[in-house]
Amino acid sequence: MNFDLTDEQQMLQAAAREFLAARLKSERIRELAESDDAFSEDLWREMSELNWPGLMVSETYGGQELGMVELVVLMEQLGYALVPGPIFSSMLAAIALEAAATDEQKERFLAPLATGEQRGTLALWDAGAGWTPDDVTLEPEPAGGGHLLRGEKLFVLDAATADFFIVGATDDRRFIVERDAEGVSIIPTPTIDTTRKQYAVKLDGVKVGEEAEFGGPGAMEPARVRAYTAVAAELAGIAQRTLEMAVQYAKERQQFNRPIGAYQAVSHRCAQMLLETEGARSAAYYAAWAVENEPQTAPLAASMAKAYASDAGTRVTGASLQVHGGIGFTWEHDLHLFLKRATADAVMFGDARWHREQVARMVIDGAPAEASRPSPEALAAAK
Amino acid sequence: MDLTLSPTEEAFRDEVRGWLEENHPGEPPEDDQEAFEFSRRWQRKMYEAGWAGISWPKEYGGRGATLIEQAIFFEEMVRAKAPRVANILGLVMGGPVVITHGTEEQKKRYLEPILSGEEIWCQGFSEPDAGSDLASLKTRAVKRNGGWAVSGQKVWTTLAHEAKWCMLVARTDPDAPKHQGLTYFLMDMEQDGVEVKPLVQITGEAEFNEIFMEEAYIPDENIVGEVGSGWAVAITTLMNERAGLAFAAQAALQLGMRRAIDLAGSTSRNGGLASEDPVVRDRLAQLFIESEIFRVTNYRGLTKIMKNGVPGPEGSLGKWQWAEVNQHLMELAMEIRGPYGQFDDGSEYSLGGDWQYQFLRTRANSIEGGTTDILRNIVAERVLGLPKLR
Repeated sequence: MNFDLTDEQQMLQAAAREFLAARLKSERIRELAESDDAFSEDLWREMSELNWPGLMVSETYGGQELGMVELVVLMEQLGYALVPGPIFSSMLAAIALEAAATDEQKERFLAPLATGEQRGTLALWDAGAGWTPDDVTLEPEPAGGGHLLRGEKLFVLDAATADFFIVGATDDRRFIVERDAEGVSIIPTPTIDTTRKQYAVKLDGVKVGEEAEFGGPGAMEPARVRAYTAVAAELAGIAQRTLEMAVQYAKERQQFNRPIGAYQAVSHRCAQMLLETEGARSAAYYAAWAVENEPQTAPLAASMAKAYASDAGTRVTGASLQVHGGIGFTWEHDLHLFLKRATADAVMFGDARWHREQVARMVIDGAPAEASRPSPEALAAAK
Repeated sequence: MDLTLSPTEEAFRDEVRGWLEENHPGEPPEDDQEAFEFSRRWQRKMYEAGWAGISWPKEYGGRGATLIEQAIFFEEMVRAKAPRVANILGLVMGGPVVITHGTEEQKKRYLEPILSGEEIWCQGFSEPDAGSDLASLKTRAVKRNGGWAVSGQKVWTTLAHEAKWCMLVARTDPDAPKHQGLTYFLMDMEQDGVEVKPLVQITGEAEFNEIFMEEAYIPDENIVGEVGSGWAVAITTLMNERAGLAFAAQAALQLGMRRAIDLAGSTSRNGGLASEDPVVRDRLAQLFIESEIFRVTNYRGLTKIMKNGVPGPEGSLGKWQWAEVNQHLMELAMEIRGPYGQFDDGSEYSLGGDWQYQFLRTRANSIEGGTTDILRNIVAERVLGLPKLR
């Protein structure tokens, strides 16, 4: 029993922290946020040289084949530094391919993702339908040995800079669709978080062959569990950064002849922020560990992490704004950028309440023998 | 990161589990005095099997268990619903303090009777006017005939009515700054100058007492540490309390969680079961998540202690979180019961269980062993480095 990161994991953490702090000063983040696609060729090239896009991709396809704990280490730093652009969306595409794609598909699409030569992104949620991870309604139309895809996908991250989309269909099926395929159009959908762009992707009878299809009932579950955990880790990083900003400000800002952090109304608020930040971090690392070592616990641990971190991320950024007072409400201060990313992350891949319902299904309806260890039957029942 | 038990740790867990299965003494008797004697016999049995001083070094009769093993041990005790031992304060505070700060003579004199439960210990720290601000305590010790005469009042003293020894912090130098004029004594409770009065709690029980001291006598050799170093010695005691009890608290919380889930699954509400009500489900799930995070954070803390040697102020986060989750869980259980929750436990109209008792008892969680308000101060000042108001 040991909760420490290994030396290699600590090195990854330190290297990411240092690199991102050097590259992403406030002015640079704002510049990217104000651009159309929040994409920087230089930053992407450097991150590719660090092998981040292929962090979890197996060595066969040119990746680093590191585990979920390493991804959580990196995601925490991506949140801490508020990294704009497609690094996260492209890693999500890689996770989806790794989970269920065929060898040929991996050769053709995963390998270039691993090196950063190409980028992919997920196109899952349908306009007019629900937005929870299990709610994908696109029904492919069989056509001449392949399918026609008709629909409109929302909340597609970084579509403009992606080379291909992983399009979700019913029964956990996935189709790989290249961006310049006929019938595909991309519409920017400005959102609260300007540092990570979202798009609507219209599929107007896009023709896909059998070779583009993968997945099937339940096939994408491992990818979803990893996605929940990764977003939870990013939220923990955002919470950590805005907690530090609040503490720093509370030490410096003087009112009534003392630093405001000496007042318990302020210092207790900061203590609460630490409690929630540490809780989010504990939950994210526990989920990462479960993904690698105890797959039967992973769905529960990942939903716990996403539920808790979604609340912690929005509450801690909100509390930090309150500690900052008026200055925290200005466009000029960076705090709102973090608060907005946290707001977007909190509803990505299911919000806190949806994940709590998943937890309830596993621990209340499943009635496992021990509260902390759901039985396989309970997990099966939850599906 | 490795959250699985090593083969040695697993073997240790199996050994504890097996021993508890074979030696579990059953339910304690109803009567308070009989129940105490029952817990004393239970401790004796654990002592004879070598389980009493689980964290103590082997040279002092302990088990010399690692922190992980201690965690496993406390979790197994709760899981087996094993009764508490009689001399809990002696084991988690008194013994460790004597081992850390005591003389060789003191170790010879005090340690074994603590382990066997032959001599019960209590802790005389808090006073009516010195609660969270412990260092402002007023109980006076004046030099007299190769010893000290002690006068004053202590409060919230668990087990004082059974105790032979009291870990007493008293002021020996009223002119020194408040943290420096204190001395840590071991006071014999069996003397004329000491009077113990039970304090009845909101649950109707009397777990703790007031102690009144009028010229009580303590010989010089019963000082632990140096005259004037009582504050530092007292801090050691409190650190041990927090680290040792966290794992028992965590295991108990998991059991409570399980019981609350079962309660929701067996109580009607709005024409269905409470466990089908979306609001109840949401709140139960949230508390489940928080209790699991408390467990995981405890293990993270343990890794840190094993690396750095001492528990850090981060332990305050855990105690604060535990109190909140435990209280919210019992509030939810009472809410699930609805108006039936008002009936006394054991009333013929009650739906069973000791929920009302637990609900009332958990009111103390955010006060006992450091109030949540003080813990927030500790976190703000010592973990976040925010300035002190004082």
